Amino acid sequence: MIVARDYVFMCSEPGQEIIGKDIRDLSLNRVVVAACSPIMHEPTFRRTCQKAGLNPYLIEIANIREQCSWVTEDKQMATEKAKALLNAAVKRVYYHQPLEVRKIPFNPNTLIVGGGIAGIRAALEIADSGHKVYLVERTPSIGGHMIQLDKTFPTLDCSACILTPKMTEAGNHPNIELMSYSEVEEVSGYIGNFRIRIRKKARYVNGDRCNGCSLCQEKCPSETDSEFEAGMGKRKAIYTPFPQAVPNIPVIDTDHCTYFLKGTCRLCEKVCEANAIDFGQKDEIIEVETGSIILATGYSVFDPAHIKHYGYQRLDNVVTSLEFERLVNSAGPTGGNIVLKDGSVPRSIAIIHCVGSRDRNYHDYCSRVCCMYALKYAHLIKEKTGAEVYQYYIDMRCFGKGYEEFYERISSEGVGFIRGKVSEVTDRTINDEEKGRLVVVAEDTLLSSMIRVPVDMVILCTAMEPQQDAEAMARLFNISRSADGFFLEKHPKLDPVATNSEGIFVAGCCQSPKDIPDTVAQASAAAARILSLISKGEVEIEVAIASIDEQLCSGCGVCSSICPYSAISFDDEKKFYKVNEALCKGCGTCVAACPASAITGRHFTTEQIMAEIEGLLI
Amino acid sequence: MSFEPVIIVFMCNWCSYRSADLAGTSRMKYTPNVRPIRVKCSGRVEPTFIVKALQAGADGVLVLGCHPGDCHYTDGNYKATRRMALLARMLEQLGIERERVSLDWVSASEGNRFVSIVNDMTARIRKLGPLAKKS
Repeated sequence: MIVARDYVFMCSEPGQEIIGKDIRDLSLNRVVVAACSPIMHEPTFRRTCQKAGLNPYLIEIANIREQCSWVTEDKQMATEKAKALLNAAVKRVYYHQPLEVRKIPFNPNTLIVGGGIAGIRAALEIADSGHKVYLVERTPSIGGHMIQLDKTFPTLDCSACILTPKMTEAGNHPNIELMSYSEVEEVSGYIGNFRIRIRKKARYVNGDRCNGCSLCQEKCPSETDSEFEAGMGKRKAIYTPFPQAVPNIPVIDTDHCTYFLKGTCRLCEKVCEANAIDFGQKDEIIEVETGSIILATGYSVFDPAHIKHYGYQRLDNVVTSLEFERLVNSAGPTGGNIVLKDGSVPRSIAIIHCVGSRDRNYHDYCSRVCCMYALKYAHLIKEKTGAEVYQYYIDMRCFGKGYEEFYERISSEGVGFIRGKVSEVTDRTINDEEKGRLVVVAEDTLLSSMIRVPVDMVILCTAMEPQQDAEAMARLFNISRSADGFFLEKHPKLDPVATNSEGIFVAGCCQSPKDIPDTVAQASAAAARILSLISKGEVEIEVAIASIDEQLCSGCGVCSSICPYSAISFDDEKKFYKVNEALCKGCGTCVAACPASAITGRHFTTEQIMAEIEGLLI
Repeated sequence: MSFEPVIIVFMCNWCSYRSADLAGTSRMKYTPNVRPIRVKCSGRVEPTFIVKALQAGADGVLVLGCHPGDCHYTDGNYKATRRMALLARMLEQLGIERERVSLDWVSASEGNRFVSIVNDMTARIRKLGPLAKKS
């Protein structure tokens, strides 16, 4: 040990300069920094070393903040632990070896999974800069949840009016290869060089021939609930989800198609003038190569039937927010008329906030958009029916640009606000006023009393949830999820678009509930990150990989059999195993398994870890 | 003075080490008895590391990896499971209690789980007493 220094902000410019100066002046060949987690600033201090002429791998960080001072109550004990951590780092760094950074070319193509507003926005940003995008959407059309919405808060723009031009642009863009009705099946490779297998599901309609006349949909005799209309309307077995679908090519839903169920019908085939119906079509597997990936897989909606006392699916005229969006939409099943199941116009409507969110029985988190769309509903209801509106809220959270002003505006439109959580929605009535109506029972916490309000319709502001298959998706793309089930960002504040897997980014509600402006901002941010990678043209790859000593290798092949990346193969000429450096990610499992100790896991060598163990046990 | 064990914790770079960092940034408190070592994957932890730690004075060793199915390197945590099972048998033959070595899973977002695993392990080893005295 040549020199020890103490400085308050080692990661700052002057702090780094202290290290750089000492490296140069004292010809240091190893550096230990005892500070915050290496996850935070290891790259910073590596750059400091490199600038001062020292190989960046000759530094070691002792994490005495996140894993010591911040978590230990007893100061004396914390100091003892910090000393042990520092001692271990000093012992370890002795065995560090200089390593050379390797760079490989970066594939400028991008895969975007999910064709909602996040995916569309990111795709357009990247495609407009001249780079190829593969946009994969699971359903028959892009548009996502946003295309189902009626108006958007707080400006009351029509959602479809602002989204459909973007959808068309994405569908026609020369640099965007749109794969709708397709799903990613397999992902391999790493940043700069991903290989992706995509299953393009059989539509049973030839997209090159179909002219979008929709005659097939008119004639099809089989009907089922429309997913796009949130079950409020019907669609045929051959269908496009909505008239402005992109691409405007129908699909045949084999679960409801008479031909697939009973073997006869083929009416669509008979009426199609373009000869586009193809019952023999098969799923196609497409393989693409990209340098980066954006996950924009969106959210799912909480099923309020779990909360039995709210009566969803048991009582008529209890609807979810998404169902109400379709009900109030002029292109929806009622032509935009807000009507009850019997066709009459409601005289009063209750809007229940936080259904499934901010509720420890379901989801702790706030869904962030419900307060605002509930205000929007109040306005639309007043405008279209003049009915009484009661908002049952916990707190009004109107945090965005123009949101508080919108709240003020709607408050002045004669909307009732009741601060309290609804305990029950019931059809058990106790007087003539309530008879034949729904009664909303709640505690008004501002009055400290239980109140019963008879209404004709109840709208449940259901929580946004992670997609049903979020867990499988996280595994497929090798990223983590946070405790609430949404995809985990690399850093909650400073890196909310990257993930722990290099080259994979997240945008929109798959990362956490958010509104349209935030979703669009995150999508653009993800695109910007990818464009900066593309413009660099090359990417640094893992340095801390395995290498096999041919003198020691006995050729047993244990390493090769357990390598998760098939990165180890037998060299027939030299008769020993060798590591493919482009494939190895440096997990070290072969190092631990080699019976001859012939494999070195660079930067996590046995010597280094043994020294660390000794150092910790002073 | 009551016995305070020293426990070496091997943590993978992707899940468990980050859960420990999260416990820190969330200012959760846990026993200072644990000494962390970061590896890239729980699959890198050789049984000899654990034996070495016990020989060099640790009273217990904890290996923390990603949850099954969540391994950053596909299945390194399963390999850790197999190695730990074999090691536990060997330790018993050496007269070292199985409980001194433990394998568990923590995801990057489970700071609170990390804290409870560490506290539980410390309490368990405290009960067992020092390793050196027995051997």
